[in-house]
Amino acid sequence: MKADWIPLALVPAIAIAALPLVGSAPTWVTLTVAGLAMGMMIFMMASGLTLVFGLMDVLNFAHGVFIAVGAYGAASVLTRMTHAMEAPTLASDLAAMAPAVVAAIALAAALGWFFERVLIRPVYGDHLRQILITMGGLIVFEQLILVVWGPDMIPLPRPGALSGAFIVGEAAIERYRVAAVVVGLAVFAGMWLLLNRTRVGLLVRAGVENPEMVESLGYRIRRLFVGVFVAGSGLAGLGGAMWAMYQEQVNAQMGAQVLVLIFIVVIIGGLGSVGGCFIGALLAGLLANYTGYLAPKLALGSNLLLMVLVLLWRPRGLFPVGRA
Amino acid sequence: MLARLLSGDMPRSRVLAAILLAIVLGLALAPVVFPGTRSLNVAAKVAVFVLLVASYDLLLGYTGIVSFAHTMFFGIGGYGVGIAMAKLGAGWGALALGCALALAASLAVALAIGLLSLRVRAIFFAMITLAVASFFQILASQLSAVTGGEDGLSFRLPELLRERLVAYYVVLAVSLAAFLVLLRIVNSPFGRVLLAIRENEFRAEAIGYRLVAYRTAANCLAALGATLAGILYAIWLRYTGPDTTLAFGIMIDILLMVVIGGMGTMYGSVLGATIFVVAQSYLRDLMKAASGALEGLPLLPALLHPDRWLLWLGVLFILCVYYFPSGIAGRLRR
Amino acid sequence: MPDPLLSLAGVNTHIGQYHILQGVDFDVPHGGLTMLLGRNGAGKTTCLRTIMGLWHASAGSIRMDGADITRARTPDVARLGVAYVPENMGIFAGLTVEENLRLATREGAPDRGRLDWIFGLFPALKTFWHGLAGNLSGGQKQMLAIARAIVEPRRLLLVDEPSKGLAPAIIANMIAAFEELKRTGTTMLVVEQNFHFARSLGDTVAVMDSGRIVHAGRMDALAADAALQTRLLGLSLDSHQ
Repeated sequence: MKADWIPLALVPAIAIAALPLVGSAPTWVTLTVAGLAMGMMIFMMASGLTLVFGLMDVLNFAHGVFIAVGAYGAASVLTRMTHAMEAPTLASDLAAMAPAVVAAIALAAALGWFFERVLIRPVYGDHLRQILITMGGLIVFEQLILVVWGPDMIPLPRPGALSGAFIVGEAAIERYRVAAVVVGLAVFAGMWLLLNRTRVGLLVRAGVENPEMVESLGYRIRRLFVGVFVAGSGLAGLGGAMWAMYQEQVNAQMGAQVLVLIFIVVIIGGLGSVGGCFIGALLAGLLANYTGYLAPKLALGSNLLLMVLVLLWRPRGLFPVGRA
Repeated sequence: MLARLLSGDMPRSRVLAAILLAIVLGLALAPVVFPGTRSLNVAAKVAVFVLLVASYDLLLGYTGIVSFAHTMFFGIGGYGVGIAMAKLGAGWGALALGCALALAASLAVALAIGLLSLRVRAIFFAMITLAVASFFQILASQLSAVTGGEDGLSFRLPELLRERLVAYYVVLAVSLAAFLVLLRIVNSPFGRVLLAIRENEFRAEAIGYRLVAYRTAANCLAALGATLAGILYAIWLRYTGPDTTLAFGIMIDILLMVVIGGMGTMYGSVLGATIFVVAQSYLRDLMKAASGALEGLPLLPALLHPDRWLLWLGVLFILCVYYFPSGIAGRLRR
Repeated sequence: MPDPLLSLAGVNTHIGQYHILQGVDFDVPHGGLTMLLGRNGAGKTTCLRTIMGLWHASAGSIRMDGADITRARTPDVARLGVAYVPENMGIFAGLTVEENLRLATREGAPDRGRLDWIFGLFPALKTFWHGLAGNLSGGQKQMLAIARAIVEPRRLLLVDEPSKGLAPAIIANMIAAFEELKRTGTTMLVVEQNFHFARSLGDTVAVMDSGRIVHAGRMDALAADAALQTRLLGLSLDSHQ
């Protein structure tokens, strides 16, 4: 099958289309990098959701909780390491950030394991109860986060070497955004390799299409489910940590704020498609930043409009996968 | 005669009937039995939310559809009245116009959502309603010239309704009447078809019922109910704003009320709304006292902090979804 | 008489409120091909799915070589050496032919010799080795589905309507492949509606109606008795070619 390149082309297309509208090249560069960075972070937060839905037919409305937990986990570690971040070298900063990121992923993954085991496993196949249960999980865990970390906003200092910006010509490119893009690309590459070059990935791709058949071939797909769920939660936690460091603060509404956007991205990409989610996230990030500059009133609604347009073109998303 | 009033849907449990009677009497006699503005506010809110939740039960409990757009219709009702009264003055004509436009708008939107998206799977429908509701929320906050933006709209009511007692009894009467109408609907042939579709849609379709038509109809009826609730709430508060009607928190509250009270029972919404609104207003005082008493112990004071009352309701909600699918009402009927 | 490989006794299966299997009793002998015939809706597919553990029997027992597999879960049934080729073939359209077969081999990659044998039966699979399974024609997909079931030796093959929707020329191909499989001594339980197919390949036959077995015996006996055929199936085995 020849590569379906039209959706891929949309990303540079939007960027190029925005250039004349923005007018000034340096501003355009700044906006584009910002958009890509935002897109990468959204991708990290959304990829777990789309895989879980594609593979397990479970839509976790509480996904935002993993994002928030990751953000808070990272914050807890970072606020205890402020001394380490005063040293300005990149290497030492990364060494300081690493435990924060690891904590974020571990905490979110552990919560994900708990969720799957306790809340979701009893209601596999029952979509109505699934929606209700995950909403319940959302309520309870949102409150628990407030219990553990308190209702106040926690400020997060950005590590020395990653703050500030490169100056390229007249454009200012924030270092942190570049880091986010690098991390995002690494995550995407890692996921792609895992899905396409390993046996586990093969199982996941087959399971997204037809889990019954995978079972009939002798694989215990339940274990795969748990693994994917936990990995998806961990990824969300990573996204949350990166997002928190980007915003330089953590607050209790983080998950909820970004949740609608994540749903939009997942629908645009096609439920179950990691590639679609990647492209959808980049499109959403770019669009949000361009409209934020060009027509701020439209900014919030622009992604909803994007979703409607994509669905009119391809009702099942950019890269529909497997079962309808 | 009682059976005809309740459309044959009796409480079927002495305890439940007693509780319902107590609630109805409590609401009817509230100004006398619970004097004071705070209790009257609570009573009015209970009346409004009973209607709001009962209309949601029609959708969730009887038709088996999860929608996140219910607060949007609640908001359309509120804003219909709010915009009309704020722009056209405090007359009966303006009020009537606002109501009529709100109901018409809700019907149109519900029809559109229904026809376009009820063909898709439950999960898609839920996500789409979430997106539509978000869009409406954005619209309401952005079009501040018309809607008052984040601050909302305050307005004055027609002469007669300015008397708080009159307003209260109007709200209560309309809400009660609408509830009885909903009871009629779910006990009619139409309601039975909805239940049949919820139980086994393949069979229902095979028999010849057009699923999309019935679901869209249910969607529209629920939307109208929510809009009416929104109108009543605006009349009571003399105010409409994004946080009183459109906030996602309210959608969560509705879910809590309908599940804990009892999905698919109608009476469950009376229970759920009462428990929730009363708890929201009075439980927190209790929790504050408990939290203070446990000062010094780890975690416990935080868990019992009055602002964390949702945590406990959330736990109760989850328990209901697993073990008590028909909520408290269903349990009492056992 | 030697013990059967598979033995169903009093198997009942409920799907929701529908009582589909109402007491199924029959045996599948070692080696050879058992045909499961019957009208649409008789419960043949439900039978296979119940054996495979995709649906659970509400009563009765299923034994394989003496071991009780009634409550066994699907992956465990598969690991006992049962391969299932469902009615809709169940191939993974988004994966290549090679990946489909790789999934079917539990340990590592398919054995080279075995693959050559499969390519001999189904040459198209070699041609489209790296192509997406979703792009194969109907007949080729069916071949892939069967190839997946035999890429490693299995104790029992459950095949649901292999000839459905296929052109006569391809069906002839399919019959040849099944005959080869029989020669290797693989035990097979095949659901069919094409009587020509059934008659050419079946050693033993069981006929289902309304969730019960109404006849079981040797295929040649049934083929010779036109009156019995008409009574059981409504038409004779010769009338559908």
